[in-house]
Amino acid sequence: MDILNALVVFLNFVFIPAAAYGAQLALGALGVTLIYGILRFSNFAHGDTMAFGTAVVILVTWGLQSMGVSLGPLPTALLALPFGIAATAALVLATDRAVYRFYRVKKAAPIILVMASVGVMFVMNGLTRLLIGVSEYRFDDGARFIINVRDFREWSGLPEGLALRSTQALTLVVAVIVVAALFWFLNRTKSGKAMRAYSDNEDLALLSGIDPERVVRLTWIIAASLATIAGTLYGLDKSFKAFNYFQILLPIFAAAIVGGLGSPLGAIAGGFLVAFSEVAVTYPWVKVVGYLAPGYEPGGLMQLLGTEYKFAVSFVILIVVLLFRPTGLFRGKSV
Amino acid sequence: MSNTRQSAGYSAWRAPILFAVLAILFVLEGTVRNSMFSGSWNTSLAILNMGLLSAITALGVNMQWGYAGLFNVGVVGFLALGGLAPVLVSLPPVENAWQAGGSRLLAALAVGVGVLAIAKLVWTRTRSGLAITAILIAGFVAYRYLFDPAVIAIEANNPSRHGNIGGLGLPVLLSWLVGGLFAAVAAWAIGKVALGLRSDYLAIATLGIGEIIVAVMKNEDWLARGVKNITSIPRPVAYEVDLQNNPDFVGFAQSWGFQAAEASGIWVKLSYMTLFLVVLLVLILLAELALKSPWGRMMRAIRDNETAAEAMGKDVTRRHLQVFILGSAVIGIAGAMMVTLDGLLTPTSYNPLRYTFLIWVMVIVGGSGNNWGAVLGAVTIWFLWIKVEVWGPALIGLLTAAMPDGPLKLHLLDSAPHMRFIAMGLVLLLVLRFAPRGLLPEK
Repeated sequence: MDILNALVVFLNFVFIPAAAYGAQLALGALGVTLIYGILRFSNFAHGDTMAFGTAVVILVTWGLQSMGVSLGPLPTALLALPFGIAATAALVLATDRAVYRFYRVKKAAPIILVMASVGVMFVMNGLTRLLIGVSEYRFDDGARFIINVRDFREWSGLPEGLALRSTQALTLVVAVIVVAALFWFLNRTKSGKAMRAYSDNEDLALLSGIDPERVVRLTWIIAASLATIAGTLYGLDKSFKAFNYFQILLPIFAAAIVGGLGSPLGAIAGGFLVAFSEVAVTYPWVKVVGYLAPGYEPGGLMQLLGTEYKFAVSFVILIVVLLFRPTGLFRGKSV
Repeated sequence: MSNTRQSAGYSAWRAPILFAVLAILFVLEGTVRNSMFSGSWNTSLAILNMGLLSAITALGVNMQWGYAGLFNVGVVGFLALGGLAPVLVSLPPVENAWQAGGSRLLAALAVGVGVLAIAKLVWTRTRSGLAITAILIAGFVAYRYLFDPAVIAIEANNPSRHGNIGGLGLPVLLSWLVGGLFAAVAAWAIGKVALGLRSDYLAIATLGIGEIIVAVMKNEDWLARGVKNITSIPRPVAYEVDLQNNPDFVGFAQSWGFQAAEASGIWVKLSYMTLFLVVLLVLILLAELALKSPWGRMMRAIRDNETAAEAMGKDVTRRHLQVFILGSAVIGIAGAMMVTLDGLLTPTSYNPLRYTFLIWVMVIVGGSGNNWGAVLGAVTIWFLWIKVEVWGPALIGLLTAAMPDGPLKLHLLDSAPHMRFIAMGLVLLLVLRFAPRGLLPEK
């Protein structure tokens, strides 16, 4: 048995990638869950909001790079992030004014709002394509690795290497800061309390003098910031391609529903649950098992599902939750 | 929206006039040759045939949305699943494929279904999570033990030409029904899980199943060769080459003043059109009869006020499941017909934009809850979708003609194809807001 090497392989190929991916999903799911809590519909346009925000960030990053601005070891995209957030917030506020408010005032059925969000998804998708096109872009600069494989091998003397990319570490650090700020806002500030009150009971909130339009505006701004940050981190970690952001919608929904729609804590737990299941189920375990049980020669790769079916994992999680606990792990709300 | 669904009454001439305008557009496309129309009957009929198939799909979606208010975001998956039927039913059997691993494969699938059934049974009896987990893990191991060698054997069988399980060699028309059956089974499984919960869940679950069905068809080579595609699916109508070699047909074409090559294409497309029209009309007839029956009244009552209908003793979830299965079956039939029309199955071509959301725009624009509206919306939107490909760049070219040459002009010219997305989203949003009852409102 070679527990140390098995652990290094596990950390390198399962734990670190899944933790970074989980943080990105959690930020996305937080946006979905907040919108669900306040506006009471599942926002299908969230993936494309992420794509739009990231596209703006990339354009500003290119602008900054051409002016010679850089953050040294950190990616320049971090400097561009505020611009992306501002542009995305402006876009979603305009969308709310032009599209969603009408149905909100009319108290239309939630499914009509879902359908409107599908229309918004298209327009945003088209805008992103107009803005930046459909190709794949990498926009990470600065230091590539915090720990790279060779240094780790030399330092530890193990045959297996461990890599920690700077984008992965950055994702986790940023996610922790953002989540801490969000929870401080929701629990400690007056506006945050107003949001939670509105989410719990709309009529009671109105009676207490909370301005519903202000709560809705705040929600959109927060959701747009979360979407832009999540999208940028995802793009830094992997690469930016508009279509991938449509596909990530399913894992994000799964994460939000697993945690319980409307529950911020649940969204974070759900994000990590979905990410870890996805990576664990599609990872070929043969190397780890080889170190743990040296004599054992498994026939195949010990991969439960091919990587092309990674979306099936979020789907199965979704189905299981719907079957056994439709309100999610953290008791979200039901309409 | 439920309270705006019932129309205040509109002219009885509205539907015939709109259909007549549409017919004129197709005639123009067939006869006039200028910058807007192609002037070719072959093009015109090709657009019409695909439009009719879209109409059948829209009919299925309209049953789910218009009759019951169910939002299906996985239309593409049901279409793809239906498209599998012509391959599995009507292709000639592949030599040695069944001997290589057919029985083992069937056993694997039977074990898979059996394990799920046992798990369900144990859960209802004991409510023990531990037992379920044990059964599912054991079942998964048994399934993979049977499944993997069978798949390897089948895919190794003449991989350059086949490598798939092959069909049964039955008539292709039969496969249309089988396609409907495939989609109905998938719809039953999804509906069983997601219906009866809050309305968004069905939308999200169908979004997932749509992606997964397409992923399975891309990656399971034993089923329909995956991304290597299946070609030469048998046709229910004549082949162009045979017609061109038939002196009777050539003489017949010349008496109408057509070249044999052009006439054979038109003849084949007309034959398809007849078949599609028959299916479409039969489906509309059945749908209209159902809608006017007590069952149809009950469905509308449920849609308009679920609580009241439930208080009257109607089992809302069961009725929703019923109509979800029926609608999906119609979509599956349309999927099988599409593959038959193309004569090939290309899993990569199933993208949600074209096969889910475009269909939704058709239903909303046409008038949800009205079968004729769905047909009108489908054919109109399909015609525009095809023609915008020609008109869009021309329009942008015209608008930018005065601009100086430069990167901006180049960017605008390049971006014309992306305008489709924005246009489609805007159409959906505008119709949903300003004319939620569509071109032909529900009566």
